[in-house]
Amino acid sequence: MIKLQRYSLSRPKSDWCNMRASEQKPVLRVQDLAVHFEIHEGSLLRSQTHILKAVNGVSFDLKAGETLGVVGESGCGKSTLARAVLGLIRPNRGRVMWLGENLALLDEEEMRKKRKELQIVFQDPLASLNPRMTVGDIIAEPLWTFFPKFAPVQVDERVRGMMKMVGLLPNQINRYPHEFSGGQCQRIGIARSLVLNPKLIICDEPVSALDVSIQAQIINLLKDLQKKLNLSLIFIAHDLSVVKHISDRVMVMYLGRTMEISQREALYRRPLHPYTSALVKAVPIPDPILARQQPDTGLTGDMPSPLNPPKGCVFHTRCPYVVKRCQMDVPALRRMENGDWAACHRTEELDLTIRKQGDSAR
Amino acid sequence: MAILEVRDLKVSFDTPDGEVHAVSGIDFTLESGDALAIVGESGSGKTQSMLALMGLLAENGHASGEAIFKGKNLMEMEATELNQYRGSDIAMIFQDPMTSLNPYLSIDNQMTEVLMHHRNMNHREATDHAVELLRQFRIPDPEMRIRQYPHEFSGGMRQRVLVAMGLLCAPDILIADEPTTALDVTVQAQITRLMAELRSESNTAIVLITHDLGVVAGLCDRVMVMYAGEVVEYGTVEQIYYQPKHPYTRGLLDSVPRLDNVDDQVLHAIPGNPPNLLSLPKGCSFRSRCSKAFEACYEKPELEDEGKGHKSRCHLGRES
Repeated sequence: MIKLQRYSLSRPKSDWCNMRASEQKPVLRVQDLAVHFEIHEGSLLRSQTHILKAVNGVSFDLKAGETLGVVGESGCGKSTLARAVLGLIRPNRGRVMWLGENLALLDEEEMRKKRKELQIVFQDPLASLNPRMTVGDIIAEPLWTFFPKFAPVQVDERVRGMMKMVGLLPNQINRYPHEFSGGQCQRIGIARSLVLNPKLIICDEPVSALDVSIQAQIINLLKDLQKKLNLSLIFIAHDLSVVKHISDRVMVMYLGRTMEISQREALYRRPLHPYTSALVKAVPIPDPILARQQPDTGLTGDMPSPLNPPKGCVFHTRCPYVVKRCQMDVPALRRMENGDWAACHRTEELDLTIRKQGDSAR
Repeated sequence: MAILEVRDLKVSFDTPDGEVHAVSGIDFTLESGDALAIVGESGSGKTQSMLALMGLLAENGHASGEAIFKGKNLMEMEATELNQYRGSDIAMIFQDPMTSLNPYLSIDNQMTEVLMHHRNMNHREATDHAVELLRQFRIPDPEMRIRQYPHEFSGGMRQRVLVAMGLLCAPDILIADEPTTALDVTVQAQITRLMAELRSESNTAIVLITHDLGVVAGLCDRVMVMYAGEVVEYGTVEQIYYQPKHPYTRGLLDSVPRLDNVDDQVLHAIPGNPPNLLSLPKGCSFRSRCSKAFEACYEKPELEDEGKGHKSRCHLGRES
C-alpha cells in the first residue's frame, strides 16, 4: 500500500507545502455560480420553454480540512450545486476556483483528470453501487480508470487497505452489494471516493436513507477520515441536526439561493435568517415533555415552484416576518459584524435566538 | 375498551436460504384514540407485523396468532371478508409517498374509489367529501387540485393526500408506516402536527411505525421497541424516554441527533448493523451489539414486567 501511495499521491511536493503554508487560503472558491435548466412543455407545435434556475448566484469559500454543511429542503438546488462544482453539470454562469484554477472553463478531458482530486458520495447507498460488480471491483474502478498500469496485486492491496479504513472486513472483498446493509453500502461508497486520495469530497445526503441508529456511525467515520487525511468536505443534508456534528460552517439554501452562511455555533444559537430558524424548529426533540412544548416552525404553505419563484425575497411567501419591502427587493447576501453572511432585509432588527431548553427529566 | 387485541402474532417467510422468522410472537392491545409507536431498525419486523394484520403479506409469508378487532379474528378471515374492514375500519399509510399513488389516475379517482366502495356514495358526493378533507389538510385550492395527477404535487403534499386518503372513511385504526421518513424535516414537522391534531379531534387510534425515536415523543402515548422480530421494550412514552430499561432503547435514544443541546460533541451510534434474521446470535439477539452484554446473555431473556406496565427483555432487568 505504501508503494502505491507514492504513485497516487503524485502531486508535486511544492503543492503540499503551499497548502500547509496558506492554510487560511480557500482551496475552493465558488463565485456567483448559476445552473439553469430548460424545461420544455406542451406539444411539439406549441411548445413553451421555461427556465428553471436551480442554482442562482451562489458563492462560498472552502478551506483545506474544513467542512461546509449545505442544508435546505428538496428542490433548493443543493445537489445541483454539488454536481456543478464537480463539473458533472456545466454551470451557466460563475466560477469554480479549485486551487486557483477555474474548473468551469476546463473541457471534458481536463476535467476528468481533475476528478482525481474531487470526489462524491451519493445519497442512495445501494443504488449508487453496481449490483453486478463485487465490492473489490467497485472500489478499484477509479484506480483502473486513472492508473491502468497498476499491477493487480497493488490494486488489491490498496482496496483492502481502503476497506479496513472505512470499517469493512477486507475478506468481504468478493461479495456483492446486495449482501451488505445500507450502512455498509455507504461505507463502500466512501471507500470508492477515497481510493484516489482526493482533496475534496462532496457528500450528497450520505445518511438520509439510513436508520437513525446507523447515521451516527457514518458521520463519525467521515469526521475521522477527514482529520486523518486532511480532507475538505461539503456535506449536504436536508436536516440541520445531521450536519451539526460535522460542519465548521453551514450554508442554508432556499430555491437556488443562499439564505445564510454561518459558523456552526452561531447558526444553532442565533440564526440570522428566518428560514434557518424554521429549519432549527422543525427538528423533532426526543423528549415527550419538550416535544409537546416545541414551537411551530412558523412556516406556512409549501415551497413555491422553482419554475416560478416569488419576486423579491424568494422566501417571502412563507416567512412569518415578511414586510412590504421583502416582496419588492431581492435581499443581497450581506456580511454581518461577526463575519457570518445572511440574505435578509430584516436581519438586524430580528432576534431569532433559539431558546435553550433544558434536558427535562432525562 | 380495546378495539384491537393482538396475541402471539408470528410471521415467517419461506426463502431459498430457509425459513426466516420476521416476527416471533408479539402481543399488544390498542384502545380507541390510542397512539402506539412501533420502533426499530430495518428488518426488526415492525412493518411485517402490521402487514400481517392487514392480510397483505407477500406470497411466501405465513402469519399465525390472533388479532381480535371488534370481536372478530382478522387472521382467520378470507380476503373478501377482510375487504370490508381494510380501508374502511382499518386504514394504512405506506412509507413512500412517491410510489403509493397511482401515477395514471387523478387524485380524484384515487380518493373517491374508497368512498364509493365502502360508503356507497356516488361519485359527486365522494368528491365533495374528499375535497373537504383535502381542505382540512391544508391543500390549497382543493377543488382544482383534486383533478390533478400525483406528479403535479410536491412530496409533502402527496403525503398529506395519502394521510387524507387513509382517513376518508373515518377508520377506527390508522396504521402509518414511516409516514415521514422520505420527507424533508419541515414537511415532517407539518405531517406530525397534522396527525397530532387528528388525534385530539377524532377517536382514531394511530399505530406509528418508525425507526426514529425523535418523531415519536410528541405524538404517541405508548412505545413498543422491536429488535429482530421481538419486542424488547414496551412502555409509556415517559417510561421509554426517561427510564429506558433495555440497552437497545438507550442506543436508539442516544443516536437521535439533537439540536436543543448545542454543546454536546459526541455523536452516539449503535455499533454493528441491523440484525440478519437468518443468522441471529444465540441467546439475546442484541448481544453482539450490546455494550453491557455478559455471560447470562447467552441465554434468551424473557419479556418481563418491570412495574407499571413497563416491560423489558433484558437480563440486566431492574438493576440496570
